[in-house]
Amino acid sequence: MDIVVCVKQVPDTTEVKIDPETNTLIRQGVPSIVNPFDKNAVEAALQLREKYGGKVTILSMGPLQSKEALKECLAMGADEAILLSDRAFGGSDTLATSHALAAGLRKMGKVDIILCGKQAIDGDTAQVGPEIAEHLGIAQVTYVSKITAVDEQVIRVEREHEEGYEVIEAQMPVLLTVVKSINEPRYPTVKGTMKANRKEIPIWTVDDVEVDRDALGLKGSPTQVRRIFTPERRVQGEIMQADTAREAAALLVKRLVDVKII
Amino acid sequence: MQFQLTEDQQMVQKLARDFAEKRLAPSVAERDEKEEFSRELFNEMGEMGLTSICFPEAYGGAEGDVLSYILAVEELSKVDDGIGITLSATVSLCAWPIYAYGTEEQKQKYLVPLVEGEKLGAFGLTEPNAGTDAAAQQTVAVADGDDYILNGSKVFITNGGEAETYVVFAMTDKSRGTRGITAFIVEKDMPGFTFGKKEHKMGIHTSLTNELVFQNVRLPKENMLGKIGEGFKIAMSTLDGGRIGVAAQALGIAQGALDHAIKYSKERVQFGKPIAHNQALAFMMADMATKIDAARLLVYRAAYLKDQGLPYSKEAAMAKLYASDVAMEVTTDAVQIFGGYGYSREYPVERLMRNAKITQIYEGTNQVQRMVISGAILK
Repeated sequence: MDIVVCVKQVPDTTEVKIDPETNTLIRQGVPSIVNPFDKNAVEAALQLREKYGGKVTILSMGPLQSKEALKECLAMGADEAILLSDRAFGGSDTLATSHALAAGLRKMGKVDIILCGKQAIDGDTAQVGPEIAEHLGIAQVTYVSKITAVDEQVIRVEREHEEGYEVIEAQMPVLLTVVKSINEPRYPTVKGTMKANRKEIPIWTVDDVEVDRDALGLKGSPTQVRRIFTPERRVQGEIMQADTAREAAALLVKRLVDVKII
Repeated sequence: MQFQLTEDQQMVQKLARDFAEKRLAPSVAERDEKEEFSRELFNEMGEMGLTSICFPEAYGGAEGDVLSYILAVEELSKVDDGIGITLSATVSLCAWPIYAYGTEEQKQKYLVPLVEGEKLGAFGLTEPNAGTDAAAQQTVAVADGDDYILNGSKVFITNGGEAETYVVFAMTDKSRGTRGITAFIVEKDMPGFTFGKKEHKMGIHTSLTNELVFQNVRLPKENMLGKIGEGFKIAMSTLDGGRIGVAAQALGIAQGALDHAIKYSKERVQFGKPIAHNQALAFMMADMATKIDAARLLVYRAAYLKDQGLPYSKEAAMAKLYASDVAMEVTTDAVQIFGGYGYSREYPVERLMRNAKITQIYEGTNQVQRMVISGAILK
């Protein structure tokens, strides 16, 4: 089985700072990580390989430093990794990114399952996965929380909902986006890490793939980011003080009645 | 001269850091409070290969270097140095002497499972009456046909009781003094090998410390490590390496305490501003950071020398002496920065200060380190 996992290197959002002048992310000094949902996708791919055999390839589009993220996926146990990197890809929004990744996937030839995280934690759009499936004209299932069965033609998965899950069967090849609850990503091992470090990661430029150049980069991006900002903090709630629980409860009820909540 | 870690070293460091933050940090306070050693967490470390870093592939190792291993001990110790010393004891004090002095059969039988983290190792040298004076061993091994009969006891043994493999030192010929000491590999389930009291310690509660008791333990002569009478040499060279591990533990403790102090001092507001804005505290932290960096350079250099196959006994002693003193000073200052909260078990610096003390004591007190250093420079 040929499995490809699309991953994104993202800034560690626990440490994200925004430049108040330019309203852009300050990337300098902010550690980069593999998008956490993508790690779930890698884990799902590795589990599929363990069960059904085959090969797991990681694909990413990004600047050369994204190699770090690919190495981490290789250290987890992926077989190969490929990076799409070119100035022509720079400034891409989700649509342009999905065109580039779809072109990369076409070049890879036979692929049975494409796995993506449900969304990236920096943009939170959840668009790239579904867009890739559209470009490739294959089935897609989003928010997958369990892969229950796979045969040569059909895959059966559970799709997470707020109130439960759907059981979905899809024709292969298929693109799945996975949620956090699907698994617990494994830790890379020391040996895997050292092996990953020595592995060649091919870089594919825009010349290596067949793609409409106008669909890439800023030119191919209908979305333009005008401003990124931290929403203003809401005012702190009202703190009521009383000497006893009984008084506190009375105060609270009175206040709730005043504002017509009860 | 390079001051930059290689990519391999950085990746091992990151691996250990992630593991420490995700797996050790959530439970360390509770395990400390309950004085609980977690075999489960150690097993996870084994599966990740943290026990395999600095050994050759032929014995299940990852072919990394000593410095990578030391970086792992440091990272674990920032969060949970009890686990840090658990790793250091099994790798530096048990696996290493078997690797360095063992026969091929001993390496296959005992080293491989230690490297792969399936088994835990320990080292038994100290006795109630043979601490710094290690030559005063009262544990004896007497030849009996093809076997040796081991009698005696060992105290303060890290990983004792839980470890499956022990490197134990015993007198085989009292008349020869230090040259009458021999090393043996003892298995946990050998008849006559039992465990005495578990120590209740000031700190490092997340690691085990136990007494080993040997009553007529029959050891096949294949379990002799090195040659007869070589035990003292094996013990001393093993401790040279172990000291780099203790130094890394101390370094981790110190860095952990400084990280907590920096964070807290930026958040804690008194007189309308974060306490970090007081120069008195800011300068304290500047001194802490400087001392830690100096210690770090000593520790990494000792590991580097060991990697290069160069003499490192003096440098390991310097690293252990300095890093452990820095750990004690820095953790004391960190508690001071936290004020009353620092003295409370609600905050981690209290634990770090309790734990720092042992690094000035074990694997040779800091007075012993000065003996090693002065011996080397005055010879």
